[in-house]
Amino acid sequence: MIMTEHVIIGNGVAAVGCIEGIRSVDQTSPITVVSEEQYPVYGRPLISYYLEGITTFDKMNYRKPDFYESNGCRVLYGRKAEKISKDEKSVLLDDGTVLPYTSICVATGSAPFIPPIKGLETVQNKFSFMTLNDTLSLEKVLTKDSKVLIVGAGLIGLKCAEGISGRVGSITVCDLATRVLSSILDEECAALMQARLEENGIKFMLGDTATEFNGNKATMKSGATVEFDILIMAVGVRANTTLVGELGGEVNRGILVNEQMQTSLSDVYAAGDCTEGMDISLGDHRVLAILPNAYMQGHTAGVNMAGGNEVFDKAIPMNSIGFFGLHAITAGSYFGESDGGEMYEEKGNGTLKRLFTKDGVLTGFILIGQVERAGIYTSLIRERVPIDTINFDILKKNPTLFAYSQNQRRKMLGGVV
Amino acid sequence: MKRVYVNEEWCLGCHLCEYNCAFANSGMTDMATALKDKPIFPRIHIEGNEKISYAVSCRHCEDPMCVKSCIAGAITREDGLIHIDQSKCVGCYTCILVCPYGALATNENGVMQKCELCLQNSCGAPACVKGCPNNAIVYEERGDDND
Repeated sequence: MIMTEHVIIGNGVAAVGCIEGIRSVDQTSPITVVSEEQYPVYGRPLISYYLEGITTFDKMNYRKPDFYESNGCRVLYGRKAEKISKDEKSVLLDDGTVLPYTSICVATGSAPFIPPIKGLETVQNKFSFMTLNDTLSLEKVLTKDSKVLIVGAGLIGLKCAEGISGRVGSITVCDLATRVLSSILDEECAALMQARLEENGIKFMLGDTATEFNGNKATMKSGATVEFDILIMAVGVRANTTLVGELGGEVNRGILVNEQMQTSLSDVYAAGDCTEGMDISLGDHRVLAILPNAYMQGHTAGVNMAGGNEVFDKAIPMNSIGFFGLHAITAGSYFGESDGGEMYEEKGNGTLKRLFTKDGVLTGFILIGQVERAGIYTSLIRERVPIDTINFDILKKNPTLFAYSQNQRRKMLGGVV
Repeated sequence: MKRVYVNEEWCLGCHLCEYNCAFANSGMTDMATALKDKPIFPRIHIEGNEKISYAVSCRHCEDPMCVKSCIAGAITREDGLIHIDQSKCVGCYTCILVCPYGALATNENGVMQKCELCLQNSCGAPACVKGCPNNAIVYEERGDDND
């Protein structure tokens, strides 16, 4: 009998999902995890909370210390996968090790995208903000007088700004986009979040970005100059697709996966930020680089790698992000009237709610300030609940199970779910 | 596993479960000191209108979205019980984003909490059940469990 060997490339949350998925079916076959980073899996989005002092290095562990051991996993720390050989069903590592596999999951995540900006090499203190090592290196140079320039007003750049705001002298955030968080918020919603950040001392240069660096000085597209001691590049991320791409596997902006998390190559699965899967709220493929998605994709990959049968067919974008106590929760896709969508809106004092419907289902929402029980809305999107089977007027006011029929509610609350 | 269920037909909508929950989790021995003239942060909530009401609390799902989505690994499922390690929670609200029942909310200090069946407080069994005047809330085994 040929022994089964599971190999996972990557050691983030998708890998955890994959390990737990494999073990839900197959408790004995060896699992090898190839981990470029030298740490056991940690909650990657925690890095800003670490700098803010809300969590500690020890508490960032995503699983208990005996996680790998109790799941029969061997972890190769500090190793990078160079090449997969699909004929030999093996993967070559950067130290020459060849790992045979029966099934393999590529969970390589994403890497910061650094645009080629003139003079970037002249900047001494420059950082990305993706990994624990990035964070620890950044922390070393932070002083109460530091002038920080963050290029990129997306989720990563702004969480970084919040994380370090109490530890530096000044923070300026620039972005070519004319609003913050442009991937998840429209102008009006973005303005609310920006205002909260500004109230806490963060300065913005929007519609503007650095076009040239000279030591500690940035020249902006607008012609303005910004002096800084620390530069953080948070323009965006790109999926790490090379391992699958160079084998001829289908790759778009991410590695294309189906509902079983199979790539176009046999016995090669992929999960997490490196993938591009179906966004059911959009009805199209999209890179959904969010933690819950990584776990669920990983789990599905793992179950199927071990011979089980699981599909993950409920992926949607969803984000919960807060700054200085103001929370925004968003999910799904927002279709405008020209695309056949409808929007319901409520505004309050510092709060905003937008619900987007199309073709008889809720496709997306934005909640700012008042976010309680948002998951009730999220669930309607994920389950594609027809609006005409619930009382949508009640739901518009508040997310509540009261909007479901008594029968539906009985199923939800009356048994094991 | 035993879970908390509510019989909608019998719920009076009196909200006593909310007070009993807040008291049981307050760590105090006197109800008046614990709750009087204070906003309460119960882990069970009454929903509905004048005619129909029922209590909602954590379902301890077999396939819990909160556990899969927690960015801190602070929510775990052991022997069916879903537990929040509040010392690991960073208050990111991702669990609020994903829970289909709206069963998680923050406590008075902004840290996430939810029903943990009173197994870890001095009550030892759900206080909402014990104090329900119409026995609408019950603590029992229902249906099949994977565990």
